[in-house]
Amino acid sequence: MTVRPDPTFHASPQLAMEAPPEKLAFTLMLSPDFSQPDGVAVVNVDRRSAHCGKVVNTLLMPNRGDEFHHFGWNACSSALSPLNGHPFLERRYLIIPGIRSSRIYVVDVKDAPKMKIHRIVEPEEIFAKTGYSRPHTVHCGPEGIYVSTLGGGGKDGTEGPPGIFIMDCESFEVIGRYEMDRGPQDKHYDFWWNLPRDYMVSSEWGLPPQFENGIVPADLLSNKYGHRLHFWDLRGRRNVQTIDLGENQQMALEIRPAHDPVKQYGFCGVVVDTTNLEGAIWTWWREKDGTFNARKTATIPPEAADPADLPELLKGFSAVPPLVTDIDLSLDDKHLYVACWGTGELRQYDVSDPMAPKHSGSVRIGGIVQKGRHPNGKAFQGGPQMLEISRDGKRVYWTNSLYSTWDDQFYPEGVEAAMVMAHVGDNGGIALDKDFHVAFPEGYRSHQIRLEGGDCSTDSFCYPSAR
Amino acid sequence: MADAQSTAALWGAVVLSGLYHGANPGMGWPLAVSAAMMEHRRAALPRAIVALGAGHFAAMAAILIPFSMLTLLLAWQQQIRIGAGALVIGLGLYLLIHRRHPRFLSRVPPGRLALWSFLIATAHGAALMLVPIYLGLCADPEAQGASHAAAARLMGENGLQALVVAGVHTLAMVCAGGIAATAVYCWVGLKVLNRGWFNLDILWAISLVLVGALAIALAA
Repeated sequence: MTVRPDPTFHASPQLAMEAPPEKLAFTLMLSPDFSQPDGVAVVNVDRRSAHCGKVVNTLLMPNRGDEFHHFGWNACSSALSPLNGHPFLERRYLIIPGIRSSRIYVVDVKDAPKMKIHRIVEPEEIFAKTGYSRPHTVHCGPEGIYVSTLGGGGKDGTEGPPGIFIMDCESFEVIGRYEMDRGPQDKHYDFWWNLPRDYMVSSEWGLPPQFENGIVPADLLSNKYGHRLHFWDLRGRRNVQTIDLGENQQMALEIRPAHDPVKQYGFCGVVVDTTNLEGAIWTWWREKDGTFNARKTATIPPEAADPADLPELLKGFSAVPPLVTDIDLSLDDKHLYVACWGTGELRQYDVSDPMAPKHSGSVRIGGIVQKGRHPNGKAFQGGPQMLEISRDGKRVYWTNSLYSTWDDQFYPEGVEAAMVMAHVGDNGGIALDKDFHVAFPEGYRSHQIRLEGGDCSTDSFCYPSAR
Repeated sequence: MADAQSTAALWGAVVLSGLYHGANPGMGWPLAVSAAMMEHRRAALPRAIVALGAGHFAAMAAILIPFSMLTLLLAWQQQIRIGAGALVIGLGLYLLIHRRHPRFLSRVPPGRLALWSFLIATAHGAALMLVPIYLGLCADPEAQGASHAAAARLMGENGLQALVVAGVHTLAMVCAGGIAATAVYCWVGLKVLNRGWFNLDILWAISLVLVGALAIALAA
C-alpha cells in the first residue's frame, strides 16, 4: 500500500500516452524441449542507453516444463476507479502462468532489472479451487486478478469447460471461478473488457488435446477449433450473448477492445479461414440496445508457394496461410497491428474507422517461405508473433515463437528466440529499427513482452481520453 | 449537557465530516467526472453527485434512525453513548488492522451509483462516524420529564433530528464532492487522480477512533 497512487496508473489512455517512454521490457523465455527452466528476461529498451536492445538480467524459475506464454501485472490503471477500491496498490508484480504446468509465478520487479520470485501458486491449488487448468491471459480488474484458462479438470484438461478464475490482488491466493452462468461457452482463450460499461468479451482457441502436442490437422480441417465470441455481464458474471463467427473461422484469439471506454467496439483476430487459408480481423461492437454484433472487416490472403519449401503440414496446400496469431491496438485506438506469423509480415492497419480498417504499413521479416532477414543482415527464424506497442504508440516490439509444439510443425528448422522493434511514422507506416535485435540465452524461445509501467495490452482505463 | 457552545461545535463536526467524506475520492466524486465524460454531457456530473449523495444520505439515516429510537431508553443514556463510542472505536481499530476493501463492493454495477455510495459509506463506517456526534445533539431527556407524552415527543424530535443531521452532513458531502468533481472536469483534468489522491485509510481509521473516544469522554 502506498500513500499516493502508483505513478504508472493513468486515468485515461491519453494520460498514459503522455507518460515517460518505457526503459525496460520484460520478455518471457521458454525452453521448448523443457531441458532448462523457463524464465523472464529484462531487456533494456531505453533509446538513450548504450545497452539498448540487450538483455540486462534474467530470472530462471525453480521448475522445468512450465511453458511460459502470456503474463500480466498485479495492478494497472483500472485501480484509479474508486469502484474497485484499490487505488493504492503498486504495479509491482508480474503474474506469470505456466500454460503447460498450470503453475503461476508471482515475480517482484519493483527493483527491476533486479527480480525475485515473490510467490508460487502450485497447480494443485488451482485445480482444487477452480477445476480449471492451463492458465493463460492475466488482467487485473474489479474483483482482483482475473486469469483465463484453456483447460478444464482431469489429466488432459477436458473434464468440464475451461474458464476464468480470480486471484486476490494482494495475497495472490486463488479465490475461485469467475463464471456464474457461462452459457454455451466451452472453450477459452483471451478476454478483455470495458470497465465503466461493465461488459467483458472472451474468445476461443481449442482444448488442450488440440494444442499441447501440436496442431491437430484433422480437427482444423473439420473446423473443431474455437470460432465464437462470448459477451459477458462483467460484474454479474453471466454470459449474455455468444456470436459464432462461422465454423470456418478457426481460432478466434486476441480480444482488443478500444482503450477509450467511451468507445464500445473492439477487434478480434482469426488465425485461419479453412475455406481459403485467409487470416481475418473481425470488428465487434455493442449496439444501442446493449446487444453485441460482429463483422469481418479485413482479410489477409495466403501466399502461393512451392510445396518443396513448405513443412509437411502445408505441402498439400501449395500456399502459406498468413496465420494471424496476435493483434494489438495502440492506446489512441488508431493503429491495429497484426502479426502474420506464417507469411512473416507485421501489418499496420489504420482503424480510425473501426468498421473499415485500412492497411497502412507493413514490415516483412522471417516467414515460412520468405525467411526475411533483419535489416542488420542476421536471420530471423519464425515470424512476427507476440506484439507489444509502446504507450506513446511510436514503437512496436515483437518476438517470434508461437507455442513450442506448433513452432516445430510450422518452422521445423527451429525458432531461436528473437525480439525486434519497429518505428511508427508520424503519419503511420512502420519500419524496422536497424540496430534493435535482442539476443537471448542459448536454447530459448521468446514469447510475450510486457513494458515497464504498462503497455497497450495490459491497462484498462475507467475514464475517457477527452471531454 | 448541550450548551450553546458544544451544540455549535457538534454541528460544526456534522458539516466538517460531510466535507471530509465528500472530498475523499474513495467516496465517489471521480465517478461523477467519469459519468460526464462518458456521456459527453456536463449535466451527467450533478446527476451522478446527487445519486452519490442519495446513497450517502440513506446510509446515514439507516444508522442514525435506530439510534434515535435508543434515545428513548432514558435510564441508559450514558451507557448508550459509551456503547456507541466503543462501537466506533472498534470499527476504527478493525479498519486499522484489516485494511481491505470488501470484495462485494466490486460487484456493484457502475450504473448503480446510489447503491454503491450507500454500501461504501456503510462498509467504511462513514455513517457510524456520525453517531456519537448525533447523540451529542439529541435533546436532553432529563429536561423532558418522564411521561408517555414526553417520550413520544422525544422520539419524534430525535427522529427528526437524525434526518436533519444526515441531511446537513450529506449536503456538505455533496458540496465538497461536487466542487472537486467540477474542478477536475472543468479545469484541473484527470491527472490529479494519481497526483492528488492520498491514502486516507489510516487517517480515516484514526478519525473513527478519535470520534469514538471523544464520545465516551463526553458521556462519562
